[in-house]
Amino acid sequence: MSIHRQKISFAVFSAVSILAAPTSAFAQAAPAMNGADTAWIITATALVLFMTMPGLALFYGGLVRSRNLLSVLMHCSVICCVVSVLWLAIGYSLAFDNGGAAQAVIGGLGKSFLAGIGTQTLNGTIPEVVFFVFQMTFAIITPALIVGAYPERITFPGMLLFSALWLLVVYVPVCHWIWGGGWLADLGIMDFAGGLVVHLTAGTSAVVIAFMLGSRRGFPREVAPPHNPGYVMMGAAMLWVGWFGFNGGSALAANGAAGMAIAATHISAAAASLVWMAIEWRRHGKPSLVGFVTGTIAGLATVTPASGFIGPVGGLILGIVSAIVCYGAVQLIKQRLRIDDSLDVFAVHGVGGLTGTLLTAFLALPAFGGLGLAKGVSVGHQFGVQLLGAAATAAWAVVGSVAIVWVIRAITPIRVSEEDETEGLDITVHGERGYHI
Amino acid sequence: MKLIMAIIKPSRLDEVRKGLSSLGVAGMTASEVKGFGRQGGHTEIYRGAEYEIHFVPKVKIEVAVTDELAERVISTIRETANTDRIGDGKIFVFEIAQAIRIRTGETGADAL
Repeated sequence: MSIHRQKISFAVFSAVSILAAPTSAFAQAAPAMNGADTAWIITATALVLFMTMPGLALFYGGLVRSRNLLSVLMHCSVICCVVSVLWLAIGYSLAFDNGGAAQAVIGGLGKSFLAGIGTQTLNGTIPEVVFFVFQMTFAIITPALIVGAYPERITFPGMLLFSALWLLVVYVPVCHWIWGGGWLADLGIMDFAGGLVVHLTAGTSAVVIAFMLGSRRGFPREVAPPHNPGYVMMGAAMLWVGWFGFNGGSALAANGAAGMAIAATHISAAAASLVWMAIEWRRHGKPSLVGFVTGTIAGLATVTPASGFIGPVGGLILGIVSAIVCYGAVQLIKQRLRIDDSLDVFAVHGVGGLTGTLLTAFLALPAFGGLGLAKGVSVGHQFGVQLLGAAATAAWAVVGSVAIVWVIRAITPIRVSEEDETEGLDITVHGERGYHI
Repeated sequence: MKLIMAIIKPSRLDEVRKGLSSLGVAGMTASEVKGFGRQGGHTEIYRGAEYEIHFVPKVKIEVAVTDELAERVISTIRETANTDRIGDGKIFVFEIAQAIRIRTGETGADAL
């Protein structure tokens, strides 16, 4: 999902026009719809939605205490629905439509409610409506990731307002800058499937809101441990499988590039899981399941920006690096800085996405089995672009998140009362119990 | 009549049940509880963070028996629940004021 997509689309367009109209190889023929590409992206869409529903929901659900399971499941599910409607209304258009004079920073409203887009409208070799819904699943999971920052203490209206505003204020502009033909795309940023657009935005905003909301009661020594490590593993496994759609689908084509992205993704996940397990085994004497699957997610998040540009060996390297870096980040945020980013969104997704984004400049090189940098671009230059993109993304996420929290606080409480927090959100906010013992 | 309550390690429940069965004890109630004594809690580690777990899972069994059987029940529980480690548990003995069988209305020793 990047400048590389344009290269792939152009290659297909050239091939199709040459085959279909030998006498008009130089004519401006539109690319035809490719059935294989379309079938794959429709499938990938389902896989990425599955990552949120119920992958992430279960992953996070198992990590919180039992009296808050339902609230976390609600957060992920409701965010899915709210984002879907907002994406149709204005999100997709602002992210991917041409913004005219403002194109560098934001799109226009020409595609609100998918105006003018029918079943025959194409985006490259796939129907635009398929592209719309594929991108929607990314827009869904990103604010859902932030759920991990504020569980067990956020109010429901606060969560709704934050997620809705965050989508429009933070996600949509960054998505436009990088994938929608904005300024970072013009600079040649390489973010294949969302190391910046998804993971760094969500991770950075997570640590900001966690800090502004304050820690859970009893943090750090008296909080309850994950109530269902089984759910955590099942959720992580669903995320792993779904990620094949996340990274593989970002090739926007059913081809070797998609296959390579999946291969690199999978190897990174496997390597990161093992390395995280090894670290815990060495430091604490026991390899834990929760730690192991946290390594999995670290590997997946880190390989995301690089996945379509690197080879499997690059994936192996990223997997190993991500486990080490993200493990350290968890200790830094929770133990040293004492910020209760409860489910380590910044340490795993933010730091992972950042690491992968920066290392893409190197691992894309053929020496590492990568597909190569853009013509005429040096590693140093590309690294500079990656760094600039990461800095701009993080800065915007911070500014946006702080502003949104302030706006919410002016309207409604964003944190529940101490009694409600102690009783648990399932019963106090949702009137339900996850378990009847 | 005596109500003998024992807090034991969950892993010993089956051995205790078999032991009491062989004594002719007709029934018992078991519940899952948590508690601590000299065993104290323990620390669990998730993602490198330590969590103090103060309570340890235990099983509480309650058996209602005649006074004559009480001593043998107590010694059987001691034998079968013992692992020679801290945390094996305790036995408490209560006096039963009355016992009634719900279905038939029998009282006293006939109800046990």
